[in-house]
Amino acid sequence: MSTNDQNTELYGILAEFKNPKALLDASEKVVEAGYDKFDTYAPFPIHGIDKAMNLPKSKLGWIVLGHGILGFTGAIAMMYFMSVIDYPINISGKPFFNAPAWVPVTFELTVLLSAFGAVFGMFFLNGLPRLNNPLFNVERFKKATDDGFFVCIEASDSKFQEDLVRQLFEEAGATHIEEVYD
Amino acid sequence: MSKYEYIPEPALVKGNHSFSSITKLVTDVNLRPTPKPWYAAMLLANAFLGVFLVAVAYLIWEGTGIWGLMNPVGWGWAIINFVWWVGIGHAGTLISAILFLFRQDWRTAINRFAEAMTIFAVICALMFPGIHVGRIWVIYWVFPIPNQMAMWPNFNSPLLWDVFAVSTYFTVSLLFWYVGLVPDLATLRDKAKDKVRKIAYGIAALGWTGSGRNWWNYEKAYMILAGLATPLVLSVHTIVSFDFAVSMIPGWHTTIFPPYFVAGAVFSGFAMVLTLMIICRKIYGMEDIMTDDHMEKMNIIILVTGSMVGFAYMMEFFIAWYSGVEYEKAIFMLRATGPYAWAYWIMMLCNVISPQVFWSKKLRRNVNFTFFISIVVNIGMWFERFVITVTSLANDYLPSSWDYFSPTIWDVLTYVGTFGIFFTLFLAFLRFLPMIAIAEIKAVMPQADPHNYDEETQEYHPHEVVVPKPQAETV
Repeated sequence: MSTNDQNTELYGILAEFKNPKALLDASEKVVEAGYDKFDTYAPFPIHGIDKAMNLPKSKLGWIVLGHGILGFTGAIAMMYFMSVIDYPINISGKPFFNAPAWVPVTFELTVLLSAFGAVFGMFFLNGLPRLNNPLFNVERFKKATDDGFFVCIEASDSKFQEDLVRQLFEEAGATHIEEVYD
Repeated sequence: MSKYEYIPEPALVKGNHSFSSITKLVTDVNLRPTPKPWYAAMLLANAFLGVFLVAVAYLIWEGTGIWGLMNPVGWGWAIINFVWWVGIGHAGTLISAILFLFRQDWRTAINRFAEAMTIFAVICALMFPGIHVGRIWVIYWVFPIPNQMAMWPNFNSPLLWDVFAVSTYFTVSLLFWYVGLVPDLATLRDKAKDKVRKIAYGIAALGWTGSGRNWWNYEKAYMILAGLATPLVLSVHTIVSFDFAVSMIPGWHTTIFPPYFVAGAVFSGFAMVLTLMIICRKIYGMEDIMTDDHMEKMNIIILVTGSMVGFAYMMEFFIAWYSGVEYEKAIFMLRATGPYAWAYWIMMLCNVISPQVFWSKKLRRNVNFTFFISIVVNIGMWFERFVITVTSLANDYLPSSWDYFSPTIWDVLTYVGTFGIFFTLFLAFLRFLPMIAIAEIKAVMPQADPHNYDEETQEYHPHEVVVPKPQAETV
């Protein structure tokens, strides 16, 4: 682990809370206090945390829709080019543009492209992969994937003042507070 | 005392587990030194894998003539095994996607390794279309990529639809599985002590932190993927059934095939999940997570889908008679009484009769008995595909060309060899990846729900069910 004298730039203040309920309440307090560059960390998604954190609706649905339309039109365009334009073959007298027979391939490619959109869109929106994260400098943060519940207010927040943030966390009932250096 | 009694839903995680004890229980399997029996099992699986490789090498050298294929049965064990393995895979998607959409929280205990089973089963299935073409070096002709003939694939052919369906299914299942794995890989990254594991799991976890903002998009993605995988899984076995149903062979050309194939797929897949689950939970001591209640629920699904399959068998017979088509009537009579009657009655016994025992609650909760039935069901489902494929081809329109199909040793070795592929992959999965979705199982524990905490003290406060006293009859 890196030591503090190598990493001197303050990234934020990290507070640990004892359980999901405490995290939810703390998150509400952070929002009330007017911070917006903060995040909560938990080993699993907590019911209601989106409201407590005042998160806007995820844009992922639109990304998936775009990919789905691309898959749908792409599939039809591909089959039309191959079976009608480039090399039409008469197969037992069926029309070259044989719409009913094209349903399965169109469907599969729509689903395939939508799934790509859902997975890679999710990673894109989450800013992943990101293998270096200032939070990984904190030994205690390893609990965030086990049984730890954390809130971090980032120093880049316009309202950020170290003592006020500490005070807020103490009032919210944090069990441990520490600085995170980048 | 009222005659009605309130029976609460059984707890999903048995024993007195905290979040960290769940993490430890699951990750220990991956982080502790490799147990010796694992090497023994892996060696055995590799031996079968070797058998597969030899059988395929000889096939490529000599051609498909080494199999029992002949005139009129030009489609033998390769298609049977393909359909059987794909069908097994379907349970994984059903558990991970359909049960997710129906908010069946019990799925969290089994979804991870059921999904792994899906992926490995589809790999086994894909071997058969790959090798049965005989000239494996031109297998890329099935894809719409330019080739030396300047021709494109025939988009009117069910076999081509199958290429798209199964490859899409494989890709989407893999993505779905990986998305589920990311938070758990992060757990392993943070738990690992040695450098190799830290780096390997660290890269695979993509820097996941468990951030609330990330979970928000993550849950959305998971929901959308479940919504996409649900019609996908239904479409895949539908299209597999089109391989048969779109042709003009008696006994194949029926509209009941798509739903009947899907029900059969779920039926055999759940049986396979049970077979694996009963062994794994015993060996790895996961009985607190994969409980008897899970087994009972899965047995009910086996009962339901088994009955659907049985109903389909009867409908097939009825429609054959009702259609008035001589050939259709003849093939069904021949199935039940002709040269392959032995296979037909094995199928009936294993698929229709055997799951009916699960009407008994006692037998549903009997581990050894369930294990036995789960094997029987998969034998039955293999024979179902055998009966469909072979009987219709062996006895079709022209009695003078009828013949009796027998497999050769190479058919058998290739099939047995696919178990080598499956178990090699499955054992590697058990060793290196968390076999239970850690984040998901934590999320369904009562401690995870903020409503189960006291508003003032923030202390855990298990939810209590208040059963109202029955009201007196007023009428």
